Amino acid sequence: MKNEKTQVDDHGQKCYAFPNKPTPGMPVVIDETKCTGCNKCVNICTTDVLVANPEKGKPPIIVYPEECWYAGCCVAECPAPGALTMRHPLMMRVHYKNKETGEINRV
Amino acid sequence: MNWEDVVRESGKPMEWPYPVRYGVVNDVDVDVVVLGGGPGGCMAAISAARKGCTVALLDKAYPKRSGGGSGFDHWLNTPNPASNITPEDCVEWEAVTYKGYSNSLSRYIAAREAYDTLLEIEKMGAKVRDLDDDFKGAPFRDEKTKFVFCYDYENRFQFRVWGATFKPAIFNECLRLGVQVFDRVVATSLLTEGGKQGARVVGATGINMRTGEFYIFRAKATINAMSCHQTSWRFSTESIGLDMFKPNITGDGPAIMWRAGVELAQMERSRAAVPPGYEYPSYGTGNWWNTWHPASMVDANGKEVPYVDAGGNVVPVEERCRPRPGQKFIAERSRDPQYSKPTMLPDLADRIRKGEFVLPLYADLAGMPWYERKVIWGLMVGNEGRTKIPVLLNYAAAGFDAQRDMLQNYFTLSGEPYPSMDATLALGPYRMEAFGNGGEVVVDWDLRTNLEGLYAVGDAILAGNYYYHACATGRYAGRKAAEYALKLNDAPSIDTAQIEREKTRVYAPTERKPGKDWIDWKELRFAGARAMQNYCGGLRNEGLMKTGLKWIRDIKEEHYPETYASNPHILLRVLETYNILTIDEVILQACLARKASSEVLGHFRQDCPEIDPPEWRKWVTIKQADGETNIGELPLDFHGNLAGNYEAHNPDYKGYMKKKP
Ligand SMILES: Cc1cc2nc3c(=O)[nH]c(=O)nc-3n(C[C@H](O)[C@H](O)[C@H](O)COP(=O)(O)OP(=O)(O)OC[C@H]3O[C@@H](n4cnc5c(N)ncnc54)[C@H](O)[C@@H]3O)c2cc1C
Ligand code: SF4
Ligand code: SF4
Repeated sequence: MKNEKTQVDDHGQKCYAFPNKPTPGMPVVIDETKCTGCNKCVNICTTDVLVANPEKGKPPIIVYPEECWYAGCCVAECPAPGALTMRHPLMMRVHYKNKETGEINRV
Repeated sequence: MNWEDVVRESGKPMEWPYPVRYGVVNDVDVDVVVLGGGPGGCMAAISAARKGCTVALLDKAYPKRSGGGSGFDHWLNTPNPASNITPEDCVEWEAVTYKGYSNSLSRYIAAREAYDTLLEIEKMGAKVRDLDDDFKGAPFRDEKTKFVFCYDYENRFQFRVWGATFKPAIFNECLRLGVQVFDRVVATSLLTEGGKQGARVVGATGINMRTGEFYIFRAKATINAMSCHQTSWRFSTESIGLDMFKPNITGDGPAIMWRAGVELAQMERSRAAVPPGYEYPSYGTGNWWNTWHPASMVDANGKEVPYVDAGGNVVPVEERCRPRPGQKFIAERSRDPQYSKPTMLPDLADRIRKGEFVLPLYADLAGMPWYERKVIWGLMVGNEGRTKIPVLLNYAAAGFDAQRDMLQNYFTLSGEPYPSMDATLALGPYRMEAFGNGGEVVVDWDLRTNLEGLYAVGDAILAGNYYYHACATGRYAGRKAAEYALKLNDAPSIDTAQIEREKTRVYAPTERKPGKDWIDWKELRFAGARAMQNYCGGLRNEGLMKTGLKWIRDIKEEHYPETYASNPHILLRVLETYNILTIDEVILQACLARKASSEVLGHFRQDCPEIDPPEWRKWVTIKQADGETNIGELPLDFHGNLAGNYEAHNPDYKGYMKKKP
């Protein structure tokens, strides 16, 4: 309420009129502290889900997440350990059961 | 970081990060141009380059991993020193299984040369044998050659391979041989002599999907390696990639062929499928198909769900990959009792409903012999194209241990509406192109199409599929195209009017303003899919299909011309949409032309209910001439005498099969 005029929310974030993001919104997650911005993932990506950052040396940007084919070629190509992780969408995370204890978990 | 983060950070919308060069023309002149850089296209490029040709190779993506480049696990149908299976056997099981609707011509060529092809790819650096002795002593390993096999451990003609190593090795060989690679260049049309439909092919046009630049490829021979069509029936505006069987395959190949007057066949074939958005990760659930065969299955109480053979006998784990007494051999995917593998009970769904097995089911790799567990949850899942990172590695990181845990199965009444185990699905509106053994281009013994100068490979061939087939036919067509190109003295002349027409067509979506309806490519594709579901679904008739055809044409003629492309990526999607709508038109016309129902083709007509009447045991062909649709027919055995024709067309070829008496 207090920021009504400047359209800034309670955390100081500007509030945009964003449209809904497509689903799934984030097929791969980049750890920006580890990414070197080499763009190897951008080059290998079969459908240009990832595009190069206009600022050289900065991490790539996910622009077309709903087009991801989920083979993880980008992850296989990334030379910086832990910089790029594949994230299967939630509805695709399957369950497994420990044969001895019967405990059930989700990947 | 995604685009929303960019906006938050900079306060501005993100600009297109690549230079935009609509209308800039690049002129490339080569002996052979290969359209599509999957395994088939790359092998074609290699073989043409080895013959001394200059070669250009284009692909929508970077060919190191494009097409079937992320990996695969089975190299099928390959007579080899550890086996007594012949090329004739390889052709026969498919012809029997698909009641004649399999392309014995390209299957035979592939089987004759598959072993040579495999060894050649091994030399390029791919891993095809168990050199690390991981499977020493396993019953599927040939101790002498260190090859490892699947499905039939006695007849040994279906290899398990480290398929994720193949494409990088093959692509590297392209680079080493000086093939000119145009990655992210998308073919849009074929160039023909005088710009005429049905005339000799003299090259192709393309655009770069990042910059929008235009390409003219002048070539003496052109190879179609752009694969098949898919996604005509199944599209959701979100999870688009998830629903694709293969990335970047949007019917461009067959649509480009159609516009140029190339003859296609079997375009009416399809099969039942799940609605889009509903699948679990393929091979990322416990199952008994393909990659996972012969994984043991148990129910929620640990009770084994048995494998049975075609005679209904329960088959223990040690026998699941051995022919039953009297059976000639086991072949991948065959459901014909002569070749079928032991699998789950055919009435499993009913038994579950009656309580014999309690849901959910699990794959129990932990309870299997070490070598089966290790080969499935290792070699196979580690190389199948969509499972290495997202399944094998990610599941392990999440805590799954194949030695201790059982992976849940979601087929058969338990969540995954998978076509194979639920008969009601066949009646539904969602269809899938046949992707294996589907339609596409008719070829002769040189793998040439009906147009001079144009060849086809792999999944782009009528009823073509599988990796071994793509590589072997690619290698063969590259050789044939090179021989043809080297015989021509003069570079063929290009029709400039044809190029201008294509430029206008390709750039139109960038030049118009967004229409007031703001119809974009996703809405068009959604509508096209709905038209196919409603008018060409599980049950069809003449009136329905004619309405469907009219609807598709309305979408193409009224609404497509309003679609606006705001950047080169979206331009590509708009152009792909045009191709999909074009293929929908072809499918509907082919379905109308086949005035009979067919089990194999998944074509059920209310107005012609008799299934596979003898007079319809033939292929329906379809092509354009002077802009008009021409329907024809082709005998199922158009290949003639297999060995005789192969020998006649390849008198000088030397290889493994040639040395054999
Ligand atoms: C996940 C997965 C697993 C598989 N596993 C197996 C297996 O274990 N064994 C097996 O035998 N088969 C398997 N297959 C099938 C096998 O991968 C295909 O049969 C094979 O890839 C066909 O090769 P291709 O070169 O004919 O076509 P593709 O590999 O489909 O390549 C076609 C290429 O053409 C490009 N292209 C398309 N349109 C254009 C255009 N307009 N312009 C430029 N380029 C274009 C595409 O980007 C693509 O790279 C699998 C397929 C998938 C998807
Ligand atoms: S998984 Fe494949 S499609 Fe998705 S971002 Fe990575 S390379 Fe691109
Ligand atoms: S490949 Fe890895 S390090 Fe390179 S840009 Fe991509 S995420 Fe960053």
